[in-house]
Amino acid sequence: MSGALLALEGVHTHIGAYHILHGVDLEVPRGGLTVLLGRNGAGKTTTLRTIMGLWHASRGRVSFDGADIAALPTPDVARLGIAYVPENMGIFSDLTVEENMALAAREARTAEEIDRARLEWVFGLFPAMKKFWLHPAGLLSGGQKQMLAVARAIVEPRKLLIVDEPTKGLAPAIIQNMMSAFRELKSTDTTILLVEQNFNFARQLGDTVAVMDNGRIVHAGTMAALAEDESLQQRLLGLSLAAHQ
Amino acid sequence: MNAPATTAAAAKPDALPKVRTDLLPLLLVPALALVALPLVGSFPTWVTLTVAGIAMGLIVFIIASGLTLVFGLMDILNFGHGVFIALGAFLATTVLGGMADWTGSQNIFANLTAIFAAMLVAMAAAGAVGMAFERVIIRPVYGQHLKQILITMGGMIVGEELIKAIWGPQAIPLPLPAGLRGAVLIGDAAIEKYRLVAVVVGLAIFGLIFWVLNRTKAGLLIRAGVQDREMVEALGYRIRRLFVGVFVAGSALAGIGGVLWGLFQQSVIPQIGAQVNILIFIVIIIGGLGSAGGSFVGALLVGLLANYTGFLAPKVALFSNILLMVMVLLWRPQGLYPVAKR
Repeated sequence: MSGALLALEGVHTHIGAYHILHGVDLEVPRGGLTVLLGRNGAGKTTTLRTIMGLWHASRGRVSFDGADIAALPTPDVARLGIAYVPENMGIFSDLTVEENMALAAREARTAEEIDRARLEWVFGLFPAMKKFWLHPAGLLSGGQKQMLAVARAIVEPRKLLIVDEPTKGLAPAIIQNMMSAFRELKSTDTTILLVEQNFNFARQLGDTVAVMDNGRIVHAGTMAALAEDESLQQRLLGLSLAAHQ
Repeated sequence: MNAPATTAAAAKPDALPKVRTDLLPLLLVPALALVALPLVGSFPTWVTLTVAGIAMGLIVFIIASGLTLVFGLMDILNFGHGVFIALGAFLATTVLGGMADWTGSQNIFANLTAIFAAMLVAMAAAGAVGMAFERVIIRPVYGQHLKQILITMGGMIVGEELIKAIWGPQAIPLPLPAGLRGAVLIGDAAIEKYRLVAVVVGLAIFGLIFWVLNRTKAGLLIRAGVQDREMVEALGYRIRRLFVGVFVAGSALAGIGGVLWGLFQQSVIPQIGAQVNILIFIVIIIGGLGSAGGSFVGALLVGLLANYTGFLAPKVALFSNILLMVMVLLWRPQGLYPVAKR
């Protein structure tokens, strides 16, 4: 890890008349996995959408790899090397798994042109994707759709992977699969920013953590420090780790 | 971040439900034709009506396909689509009028060359006007449906007035080229030669659209964009650029459709676009918003029904398409093959 790959400084975001982010300061260290925690409505998803340019910051600076990207349109943000998995997974349900993957592989004109070794590696992480390659994505189960969403995000190398609540509504077995996949990704030095409500999942994966409340970062530090301090967890998240184990 | 060997545990995936191809709407077309056979009574007459219906349906499909994709992709209600049809039809009068030697000849090859020249000119002009229309009229009203309806209808009125200023307000005859007049006899069925041409051109364009949508990356992007344009952008594709491309292609197709429709009617008036507009909206609503395949089925149904009812009960033909739309929507409120989920 060397320095922050992504940094938000004093970011404010309005959605219509609503002021959602009130000066977010966040750093995502290069090569690590940062978890963004917080209760519902704290502003986590808005933060991710602001990074992606899906909603633009009304004030503040979003810098990626040293460049200010706050005003960039979403496709330009993505082309800088940021992959995004939204909370609703963003699966194209009328397209097949193959077509979903081919779309995510910007360098490939067809699925046949996707880097074969890379694809086999993705299949290794999510074998269901190989099995259901030619099936419409709309027929996949919720867990398989989440696997497809993550598989799509990593089908080509990206500098930063942003994932919004990857374990939401998933069965324990699928969560374990997802955990293994993220561990594998971490071992490749991919920088990851994860929004997560499942603290146990977050604790096992995260290197650094930021906690949001009311549109602000109220705590930032190492995950190890937060995991060890139950009173801090209680104060920040209203929970204790023991309750989630 | 290359592709290292995996250590991830593999979750055992469940079996998927079987892929069910929804053929029921597609079967409506032969079902309608079969129901009409005993009602028409005479097999040769039924063949004549069926070919005429398919020809009409394919021309309507050519015009409607672009509009439905424009709606699906960008949620744009373009009531000005008719102006591209009118432009194509009027350009056909000019081009075919200027190629009198070719259209007056009995040589079918010369006739077809003249028609294809008219189609090329109409396609280029309608595409260029479409690009300007998108930039000047559509772009300022993205996301504002009411304004879209008002301004695109206004755009069509302005377009019609410009057409009147160039070609005059009166109807202009657009006779079929000499070699394409009359009918060929297949058994006892008389099939108008031009309708056969329209069927061939319509099927070729349908094949081209189908190929682009299903076999190219641009088509993949269009199909994905119709479902979730925000996600397409998050994957790094500029959907606005894609939309402009689809809008221009849709306008160009409407121009081609205008040439074919003008020859179908054998007369062109400045309001020709507005007249066809109603038919097109019925087709894209029946087909399901955003679905080119749905428009294809919807257009064939509209074409066949118009011809059968025109023969069997001319008074019913006046509202048969509306009736068809009502019945389809009672069965499937989202249309036959809905794609755009809004």
